[in-house]
Amino acid sequence: MHGSLRHLPAFLYAGLIYGFIFLPVAVLVLFSFQGSRVPVPPFDGPSLAWYRAVFADDRMMAALGNSVLVALVSSTLSVVLGFFAAYGLARHRIVLGGLVQGFLTAPLTVSYLIIAMGLLITFNTLGVPKSLITIGIGHVVINLPLCFAILYSQMGAHQAQVERAARDLGAREWQVLLLITVPMLWPALFASFFLAVTFSWDEFIIAFMVSRFEVTLPVEIWSMLRSGLNPETNAVGSFVFLISVALFVVLDMVLRRRRR
Amino acid sequence: MSAPAVEFRQITMRFGEKLAVRDIDLTIPRGAFCVLLGPSGGGKTTLLNILGGFLTPSQGQVLIDGQDVTGVPPAKRATTTVFQDYALFPHMSIAGNVGFGLKMRGVSGQERTRRVAAALEMVGLAETAERRTHELSGGQRQRVALARALVVEPAVLLLDEPLGALDLKLRRQMQEELKAIQKRVGTTFVHVTHDQEEAMAIGDEIVVMNHGAIEDKGPPERIYLKPASRFAANFMGDNNVIEGRVSAAVEGRVTVETALGAFTVDGQAEPGQTAALSLRPEHLQSGAGQGLITLGTARVLEAGFFGTHHQCTAQLEGLDSPLRLRLPQKQSPSRGDSLTLHVDPGDLVLLTG
Repeated sequence: MHGSLRHLPAFLYAGLIYGFIFLPVAVLVLFSFQGSRVPVPPFDGPSLAWYRAVFADDRMMAALGNSVLVALVSSTLSVVLGFFAAYGLARHRIVLGGLVQGFLTAPLTVSYLIIAMGLLITFNTLGVPKSLITIGIGHVVINLPLCFAILYSQMGAHQAQVERAARDLGAREWQVLLLITVPMLWPALFASFFLAVTFSWDEFIIAFMVSRFEVTLPVEIWSMLRSGLNPETNAVGSFVFLISVALFVVLDMVLRRRRR
Repeated sequence: MSAPAVEFRQITMRFGEKLAVRDIDLTIPRGAFCVLLGPSGGGKTTLLNILGGFLTPSQGQVLIDGQDVTGVPPAKRATTTVFQDYALFPHMSIAGNVGFGLKMRGVSGQERTRRVAAALEMVGLAETAERRTHELSGGQRQRVALARALVVEPAVLLLDEPLGALDLKLRRQMQEELKAIQKRVGTTFVHVTHDQEEAMAIGDEIVVMNHGAIEDKGPPERIYLKPASRFAANFMGDNNVIEGRVSAAVEGRVTVETALGAFTVDGQAEPGQTAALSLRPEHLQSGAGQGLITLGTARVLEAGFFGTHHQCTAQLEGLDSPLRLRLPQKQSPSRGDSLTLHVDPGDLVLLTG
């Protein structure tokens, strides 16, 4: 009894922090099951009416499809480009290699807003029309440095030695890449892909600034919010959140299995 | 086909300003177990990497079976390597590891299965074929690495300090096995180590390297008993090196003046040049005997029991630094004891290099 009393302030503090972080999300999810038109107390659900409305909304479904497409394609590109950049820098002595590496990771420190503005100006100057492709390019810009950093960190001296052993046993360069490097890096490749998908999935600023007619889900939600809160926005928000959580769970499982 | 297995011709390797190896000329006969021995930074691993094709020498040529392979990449050389950290493929089974080199050579199906099984049998791991590398102990991984490298029947097997990570007992056991396997398969082995006991235990031929150059090469006994240089005399086992000056040289007999007096030994030298005498600790005796000469009286500074013998340091009158001695098991020296030291002059070895 004495012990638990002593820990009371700690529990209170933890409760406040978790409340602060999770209460808004809990409220969002709760009122997505609201029965009536306004997502404010009192709660009069549960009802799945708003989810039905979301999935019946053509514009919403088109945006969802766009989001999935952009996330998968841009993440694949980020992983592939990041892998080759990391392999090149980790395995070959390159003139000004340190500088190249610095430039590759530098975008991690730049805010998405600045990146979005830069891309917008660039696309306008070059006369590139705004489309899903420009959103995809934007997401490669933010995710490539991340994939590069994760993969580069996994290509240490031990892996280099294993690749040497493969060459020593007669493997050609493409065989080393295909039979040794990629399989050994498989968990890291998978992790960086999932992280990239997660970031692309709920990225808003870049997608908003470099898109026009075809938009991704976060941009669609934003335009819906301009006409005020309603339980449908809560429902679609909960859906986006659910997917993000699912991606993180998969990612975590992959990393855990690897540690074993 | 009488060409030696390996021939280094005038090999020099520079890393920037640093000379890792210089002007190495070395021939390794077919079927030999050759050990490159030296301290770290001595150039032995660099030489091994040049032989394996991982480094291209700044100057000189490498020949394997009489063929110039200086610019040939590792994949196309008739060499395979057992790496220090084993470098097994963690995502493959043991059989997958051992069969990798055969797969790269286009050996498939039953032929590959049969050869993998035979290689695993040879290293005593026939039961582990389907297991993963992380399920094996350090010694077992070492054997897998050996089987993986030998299964492709290389002309020369390179071993880069392969026993460094094993504990002492396992290391001794693996040394015996390596030696036995080498005798059985008859492949030329080139083994790098900094452990002189390991070198003597397994090598037919030892190449002592220091500062990128060869100090001495020959069978273990010759190097131990008649080292060619001060470095070789000190690196191969415990030793006492007594500095002096040549006072006379007549027909292969050289007289060296030292702080302990003048000694005449076999060798070649010019009168007036500096020289040294190598005197192994086990050749110093505390009892007089036929043919022995007396060196003087020494005071024991430290003594320790090593099972087969007592190891001591003792200060001999007239010498600057103490001598190392190995006294018999049954003699129990203790600190402060006085010993009269004797030596057979035939055991003294002239060192001029």
